[in-house]
Amino acid sequence: MRTILYIIQKEFLQVFRNRAMLPIIFILPIVQLIILVNAATFEMKHIRLSVVDLDLSSTSRGLISKFEGSPFYQIKQFSFSYHEAENQMQHGKVDMILNIPRGFEKKLLIENCVKVQFIVNAINGASAGLCNAYATMILMDYNRQIIAENKTISAMVLPQNILTDYSYWYNPKLNYKTYMVPGILVLLVTIIGLLLSGMNIVREKEIGTIEQINVTPINKIQFIAGKLTPFWIIAIFELAFGLSLGKLIFNIPMEGNLWLIFISAAVYLFVILSFGLLISTVTNTQQQAMLVSFFFMVVFILMSGLFTSIESMPQWAQTLDKLNPLMYFIRIMRMVLLKGSGFNDISRHFWALVIYAAGILTLAVWRYRKVA
Amino acid sequence: MNRFWAFVTKEFYHIIRDYRTLLILFGLPAIQLLLFGYVITNEIKDAKIAIYDPSKDVVTRKISDKILSSGYFILERNLSHVSEAGDAFRYGEVNLVLVYEPDFAQKLEKTGKAHIQIIGDASDPNTANMLVNYASGIINNYLISINSEKLPYQIIPEVRMMYNGELKGVFMFVPGLMAMLLTLISALMTSLAITKEKELGTMELLLVSPLRPGQIIIGKVFPYVFLAFIDAIIIIIIGNTVFGVPVRGSVFLLLAESLLYICMALSLGILISSITSSQQIAMMISLVALMLPTILLSGFIFPIENMPWILQVLCYMMPPKYFISIIKSIMLQGNSLVFVWKETLVVIGFTTVFLVMSVKKFNVRLA
Repeated sequence: MRTILYIIQKEFLQVFRNRAMLPIIFILPIVQLIILVNAATFEMKHIRLSVVDLDLSSTSRGLISKFEGSPFYQIKQFSFSYHEAENQMQHGKVDMILNIPRGFEKKLLIENCVKVQFIVNAINGASAGLCNAYATMILMDYNRQIIAENKTISAMVLPQNILTDYSYWYNPKLNYKTYMVPGILVLLVTIIGLLLSGMNIVREKEIGTIEQINVTPINKIQFIAGKLTPFWIIAIFELAFGLSLGKLIFNIPMEGNLWLIFISAAVYLFVILSFGLLISTVTNTQQQAMLVSFFFMVVFILMSGLFTSIESMPQWAQTLDKLNPLMYFIRIMRMVLLKGSGFNDISRHFWALVIYAAGILTLAVWRYRKVA
Repeated sequence: MNRFWAFVTKEFYHIIRDYRTLLILFGLPAIQLLLFGYVITNEIKDAKIAIYDPSKDVVTRKISDKILSSGYFILERNLSHVSEAGDAFRYGEVNLVLVYEPDFAQKLEKTGKAHIQIIGDASDPNTANMLVNYASGIINNYLISINSEKLPYQIIPEVRMMYNGELKGVFMFVPGLMAMLLTLISALMTSLAITKEKELGTMELLLVSPLRPGQIIIGKVFPYVFLAFIDAIIIIIIGNTVFGVPVRGSVFLLLAESLLYICMALSLGILISSITSSQQIAMMISLVALMLPTILLSGFIFPIENMPWILQVLCYMMPPKYFISIIKSIMLQGNSLVFVWKETLVVIGFTTVFLVMSVKKFNVRLA
């Protein structure tokens, strides 16, 4: 036990004496958390709209004023040529074109049915989908209003009406920050933890100091435990600090039991740190270790379900995702913090992490050889 | 000049003989692109829903059918009581709950009105918002279809999705992944290569050699220009052949812009290495400081226009943002240099600034 304590002491000294590392470990992630949380939103505001109104009737103007009144749209430009509007889109100056054809009003009154065109810049598929949904909603609204204004027919309209109301549970205002703070915090802690541990042993290999440890009586388990514990403490501390900041600055809800969060975090960090040590033992240079960690980190992050939903991935990818520790922990964070889930709700994710931790720790210890 | 080439050759050998790094360097972009191209979509598909349907009549069944056959939703379970909705959400098995009011069809027939409640799990607001929109859209369509003959004055939207008709997620990810990989690989690899010489002490040997400092730096960086460029080509080829991401503009321009961007990232790497002395710090700076901002502040996943203005200002200081918009513009919109010259100038500007700063910081003497 004393041996482990000595290694822990050595590692701590190494971290805290490195003046350049300290701000990177402690300040940078917090700054990033505060800044980046604001960036992660799909909420659409100010969609830049170009209007091509060839009809210039009261009906077409009514429709345009509906768009003007909507908080989602911002009319950038009116023109009389579709070609010109499309040119603006090509230049990336507008996101959507509303094209009202000539004879719009007449056709509506005579033929009872008319088309307007929405042309959406769809390079970002998700935004385009939302943009289209909002526009359709505005149009349907306007359509209903026209019908209502025409008294003679409004009496007979919609004999059967299904009213849909929606409610958003756990986050009625759809505040993206409450969702992103825990998520991004986990990402940051993961990045720091994986890098610190991933670089650790391989650095000693590269500099040659590993030889000195190899000839000491320290055994494998003591060595790995001594290497893991300091980073584990740093990461837990960072998580706690980030959560408190999230509570203070963004007022994120904490519905569930915080112990549940920290116990899961403890297990999760074992997974990540052992993973880092495993990388460290199988690579020869820091460069390699870094590339490997980078690869796994990007895969873990983008498949974690934080930015895109897991259900829409193909089945094989969802199966593959079972190997992604980040996915489990982000789910646990979200469930406990936002929905107040109890241990029964998260138990399957929790046990998955426990098994993962046990497996990968064994692998790391087994793979580490006390030879150069 | 001969000395310089000898040095470059040495660097090439260094890299090529380290077959592991080489494998990772080329395997990594390919695997990631393949993985993400198939896996990551912003579209909603197979979201799990629970339905509470106390009346179980013709109309509710028809609506449920419509919703379940849309491809967006699959039925996870039927609730026997409304209060189960909370449990289902907390257990995390469903994203959306649909609640019909009792005697649905009867009420619709008699009073002309019936209620459906759609409850979204907004602990993930992005998904919840989209799901609720889709579900209410489907119900609305059904409503229109049962009333269709009686509805006068219809305005029908005709939607055209420009540049990406099928709303494929890959179209976003190819430019984004390219920017991310090129930034990280180029900036990281160079900063590590140079700090490694410092750490191992071999930098001293180089500095006392007849090579000038500028030559040493260029010599160290040169192979990475080459490697990163190959990576860029791999990404474009896979994107095109496997996922059908078109290159509508000039291929030559695309490659030239990539090369320019690689130079920018490399000069950033040089700058990082000139202000740090250990690989660990160089790497932490490049990864911790660069990774999340390149993902989040570049328009890769989240559109920049939606961010608060202060963040937008920050986005304008991120080189990847410009590269991503250049790439999108050339590949997807088929634009020429006339459309992207401003962004190109900005990238050139960044390169110059980083280079000038690192030349000023560069020390011929160590420690």
